[in-house]
Amino acid sequence: MRTMQTIFALLRRELTLAMRRRGDVLTVLFFFVIVASLFPLGVGPDTQLLRLMGGGVVWVSALLAAMLSLGRLFANDYADGTLEQLVLTPTPPVIWITGKILAHWMVSGVPLILVAPVLGIQFGLSNEALGVLIFSLLLGTPVLSLIGAIGAALTLGLRGGGVLVSLLVLPLYIPVLIFGAGAVDGAMSGMGAEAHLSLLGGILILAFMLTPWAVSAALRISIE
Amino acid sequence: MNSINWYKYSSPATFYSLAGKMIPWFYGAAALLCLVGLYIGFFLAPTDFQQSEAYRIIFIHVPASWMSMFIYVVMAVWAAIGLAFNTRLSFMMASALAPTGAMLTFVALWTGALWGKPTWGAWWVWDARLTSELILFFLYIGFMALQAAIDDPRRADRAGALIALVGVVNVPIIYFSVRWWNTLHQGASVSVTKAPSMASIMLAGMLVMAFAVWMYAIAAALSRARSIILERERNSQWVAQLLEAKV
Repeated sequence: MRTMQTIFALLRRELTLAMRRRGDVLTVLFFFVIVASLFPLGVGPDTQLLRLMGGGVVWVSALLAAMLSLGRLFANDYADGTLEQLVLTPTPPVIWITGKILAHWMVSGVPLILVAPVLGIQFGLSNEALGVLIFSLLLGTPVLSLIGAIGAALTLGLRGGGVLVSLLVLPLYIPVLIFGAGAVDGAMSGMGAEAHLSLLGGILILAFMLTPWAVSAALRISIE
Repeated sequence: MNSINWYKYSSPATFYSLAGKMIPWFYGAAALLCLVGLYIGFFLAPTDFQQSEAYRIIFIHVPASWMSMFIYVVMAVWAAIGLAFNTRLSFMMASALAPTGAMLTFVALWTGALWGKPTWGAWWVWDARLTSELILFFLYIGFMALQAAIDDPRRADRAGALIALVGVVNVPIIYFSVRWWNTLHQGASVSVTKAPSMASIMLAGMLVMAFAVWMYAIAAALSRARSIILERERNSQWVAQLLEAKV
């Protein structure tokens, strides 16, 4: 019971803070849209080609946007001392870390999922592929927040932290990208997306179980 | 055996002199094995009937890619030991191994490209094993970049150790990727359970070369660890005495 209360309290706090700083959320969202719109400009307006690329492009853009939003996961709380107070509370770190990551996903992952269908339509994805895209993002973006949290915690307060976090986190994102884009691809080519989605779900469960511990260890290393 | 006090060598000062004595032997073994391996590879091994002479690059390519993955695992093991027992030397070994591992990953990618051009007709294909090797290279770079960005050595050690442990999840993916995404790259030619599908003389050459790279990696890591020890312990008394003895 205490666990759920802690997580809910943290969620309310994080969401309130995000509402007060709406600009941050919107910046990441527009970054997502802009990156996805750059691809047709780069490769040309060929409808057939764009339809083939669509799923992958949306996924790559989601990866970059998720990575960009990692900065505010711990950095603000670290700067004003909230993070130290959280570490000092008797609540096990894994619990409030899970809450913070969940909040981060709701603020940075969910908006991407809501906008993704529009981008998918721009790339000419079929209705079935659009559904799979949303579902794969639903399974995949929490993993991005979870894994990204490790990188964010390790680079806390370092010079050049933003670039460093991308170097650490992007290679670890690759399995999610492969299975996420693979699911959309499978739906487009008629091979079915179940296998990819199952693997994505498996990764989500594994990441959900393991990463909060890694993040807790990383925070302890960075704060002490 | 019981009389040896292994903990003695977890102290940087004793390890420093021990490593200094061991390095020439490992370099010597590496040079010797390399000569034997290259002789087998270039003069004894027969020409492959499909790939002609171009295949001979595997005597460099395969040992380098084996060791690039193996070193990452060893690095993660040192990192885990360091985090568990809080031994400084383990962290130093982990950071000493990283540049060698990254270099071997790069060699594996480069020689793979040289092999791919005559055999597949392309320098690079986005096949699972090539891609995972590339990811491994990124993981090494990330590890080194993180350690370089942190000024406090204690935090650098521990943060690097954690990212090495997180990244080691990738190494099994590299290995099993051959089965997961069955693509252009030929399946593994050497396996533990089946009889190898290549001439035994080729296998012998590859194994000898693998041992040569292994010995080289140990020697390089030890000498790098010695430099790290000197840098970290520069204010200690034994380093001062060592310098005096040199002068």
